[in-house]
Amino acid sequence: MSAFSAIGDDREIDRDEFTPGIEPQATWCPGCGDFGVLKALKQAMPEVGKNPDEVALFTGIGCSGKLNSYFNSYGFHTIHGRSLPVARAAKLANPELEVIAAGGDGDGYGIGGNHTIHTARENHDMTYIVFNNEIFGLTKGQTSPTSPKGHKSKTQPHGSAKSPIRPLSQQLNAGATYIARTAAVNPNQAKEIIAEAIEHDGFAHIDFLTQCPTWNKDAKHYVPYTDVQQSDEFDFDVSDRKEAAEMMRKTEERLYEGEVLTGRMYVEDERPSYGQEKRAIGEMPEEPLAERYFDEDAEWERTYDNLLEHHK
Amino acid sequence: MTDNELIWRIAGGSGDGIDSTSQNFAKALMRSGLHVFTHRHYPSRIRGGHTYVEVRAKDEDVQSRGDGYNFLLALGDSFARNPQDEAYYGKEELKPLYENFDDLREGGVLLYDEGLLDEEDVEEIELEEAAEENGWHVVPMDLRGIAKEHGREIMRNTAGIGATAAILDIGTEEFEELIRQNMSGDMQEANLNVLQDAYEAASELDIDHDIEVPEGSHDEEQVILSGSNAISYGALDEGCRFISGYPMTPWTDVFTIMSQHLPEFGGISEQVEDEIAAAALALGASHTGVKAMSGSSGGGFALMSEPLGLAEMTETPIVLVEAMRAGPSTGMPTKPEQADLEHVLYTSQGDSARVVFAPANIRECYTQTRAAFRIAYEYQIPAIVIYDQKIQGELRNLPASHFDEEPNADPGSVLTEEEIQDAAHHASGKFQRFLHEPEDGSNVSPRSVPGQKDGRYLATGNEHTPEGHISEDPNNRIAQMERRLGKLDDIRADLDENASHQAYYGPDEADYGILVWGSQQDTAFEAVDRLNENGHSVKALGVSDMAPYPVEEVSEWLDSVDQALVVEMNATAQFRGLTQKEIGKYGDKLSSLLKYNGNPFEPAEIVDGFESSINGEELAATNMKYLPAAGD
Repeated sequence: MSAFSAIGDDREIDRDEFTPGIEPQATWCPGCGDFGVLKALKQAMPEVGKNPDEVALFTGIGCSGKLNSYFNSYGFHTIHGRSLPVARAAKLANPELEVIAAGGDGDGYGIGGNHTIHTARENHDMTYIVFNNEIFGLTKGQTSPTSPKGHKSKTQPHGSAKSPIRPLSQQLNAGATYIARTAAVNPNQAKEIIAEAIEHDGFAHIDFLTQCPTWNKDAKHYVPYTDVQQSDEFDFDVSDRKEAAEMMRKTEERLYEGEVLTGRMYVEDERPSYGQEKRAIGEMPEEPLAERYFDEDAEWERTYDNLLEHHK
Repeated sequence: MTDNELIWRIAGGSGDGIDSTSQNFAKALMRSGLHVFTHRHYPSRIRGGHTYVEVRAKDEDVQSRGDGYNFLLALGDSFARNPQDEAYYGKEELKPLYENFDDLREGGVLLYDEGLLDEEDVEEIELEEAAEENGWHVVPMDLRGIAKEHGREIMRNTAGIGATAAILDIGTEEFEELIRQNMSGDMQEANLNVLQDAYEAASELDIDHDIEVPEGSHDEEQVILSGSNAISYGALDEGCRFISGYPMTPWTDVFTIMSQHLPEFGGISEQVEDEIAAAALALGASHTGVKAMSGSSGGGFALMSEPLGLAEMTETPIVLVEAMRAGPSTGMPTKPEQADLEHVLYTSQGDSARVVFAPANIRECYTQTRAAFRIAYEYQIPAIVIYDQKIQGELRNLPASHFDEEPNADPGSVLTEEEIQDAAHHASGKFQRFLHEPEDGSNVSPRSVPGQKDGRYLATGNEHTPEGHISEDPNNRIAQMERRLGKLDDIRADLDENASHQAYYGPDEADYGILVWGSQQDTAFEAVDRLNENGHSVKALGVSDMAPYPVEEVSEWLDSVDQALVVEMNATAQFRGLTQKEIGKYGDKLSSLLKYNGNPFEPAEIVDGFESSINGEELAATNMKYLPAAGD
């Protein structure tokens, strides 16, 4: 038996395998958009042929962080805004794992904004799903980095003076090689996009619009939406940076005007992932590093055999 | 105390090659059979300023930088003369000369580069008067001129070494050998010529001094290296193959050494966006089954407090290095202090379980880093190695055989897939990663790593059930807390049995004790020798296990003395506070000698501090503070 026999298992996968069983009970509010992410993610797994033991899901803090509890895989529910650096190292330590990270808009665009930019810049081969409901839900309805300008909350009673963050444009500039926006109310598109993102060899960023029926009643404006790939109005080349940037600008502006445009915004297939780059320059081993600790034949060198020479 | 020792100080501007020259000088002396120890002093700037390195050499083990020095090679600051720069440098090029007057001993030799320093300027700083007063032997030499003759001014360092060798009558063979090893082609040729010319020029001068360079020989092969080297090699020997970090002085040293060597050992190094990410990456790699470390210095370590707590709650083993410098906040980036102890012990929220080791010297940097990895991975707990800017940069020789240890790549309590099949699983199929009561009766519940068949679990920073589900159940909470905190008792017992890190020094029976930790230990040991020679009855204990604290060992030792002086490099007596807190008594027995001016103790200062304290006198020196016993 190999050390990681779950990896590469090519039997047919049933999405129910990703349901954790009798426990725990969901603690998301009725009507929460997060259910849409969970469902789309589970549906995507058979499409990409991944089994629960070869998937490592890393989440942050907040409602989105509970995704781990309802999704049956290896999981690491980390700390607020820090899912990406933990996930990155997991991918470097064992590149054969399917690494997915998820967090809310506060997590990915606020407290963890630095990590989001740098993970995109490095183009790690992983999928990052941001549950964007334009509100801090679990802390009871404060303004978030994606809340519209003028948004009133208990912490900004006079209405926010800040413009919302533009995550798609930001991630394009940062270097993400797959960028999409989808919505919980659009399950088929959401499933397809998650499956594509997982299969994409590089950093895939999904801005996933979710509604918060408890704290952000305005979220119902996510219906109706327009799939930009299915609409003749938005005929653009998804692999062209300039056209993608223009499309993102439209998408991000119109969202706050009440028109929801979703779909793939940018797909770049040429750029090697970070792991490939690192291997190419000799800064990462060919075989998964994690495997070596299980390999009885692995040779562990003593430092004095070579390094001490310089000190004599 | 001037008998049979050389303390050679080379001074110049940052960037003048002071460091590399002193390293070669120290290595040459070691190769000639001496024991050596270096002490670095440098400003927080890239080029210019005043920097110096001391090399102390004796025919027996050298424990500290010593007191003052007896030979100054003042090269002058070559960067203070940049004509294109509009900044005002004043007489900065002279700094390496006059800023070193204070500690040069009576009768010492002062060799300076008259090729760089103008005679008129030197007159202004009244060198002649100072020399007369102190009986110094002043030797001006045109080192720059000798270097230029063979090509480049930068080789005036080599000229300085050649002149030093002639004045001290120690020959140039070892230096020539080092030049041949480190350089090739024209550079090698030019440096050999400069060395020889300067040696001959200095030989012609008639300098009558009484510095005697001792002669010695080693029983076995020696190596010379820094604390950062030793920590890095300890980590590599423990199978560490992943490091993540963000540069910060003085932690950068370990990060650099590891980054340079990890690829050749098949490992991975990551320089990331900040220290939160750095520690989080180490956590991610360890979670996935790789032995990993990260680290920083005070301000960067503050950022790591979140991932540190996550490692504790998820029982993910990691090793963090904390290289202390003077604080608070940005403090003095290139100056040592031992004031991050409480920061390292108590940072992060909640009742936390962590292990903290404070190696006292380069020897211990290696052994305790290995211990930190072993404990972290066996007990699934974060371990921190705390040391300071002093040990980070100083070089010291020790037998090569010290590193002759078998590697240990064992990732601790990680199960194989076969073992996972037999382990406890929840009804939902999840592996029970966090058992309340592990089968072997220990507090360590074995783990799986992602990708293993049927080993799925959830690692979470929330309180959690055995399979990792978030839980606020009171009984589960108690069971998990007790198991996590219970590891500390197990670790204390393990260390007491296998690897007690405390160092005892001096006679078994003594009236007085000196209690010390970290980088000041060996200096204090040297002071103990002198105090006993002076007719006092003193012994010392150097404590290296900060957490879990060796309560029994230290209590027993404190019982055996009437009074103890705690020597540490901070203003608030942090280690004395820890000792009192952990043991719960001896408040009336422990007084403190503190220093926090950015420079480590010299042995004579500890001698003075001790004598003042037992005589009830006020400290004469203003660079230290005496804090009397305060009661429990």
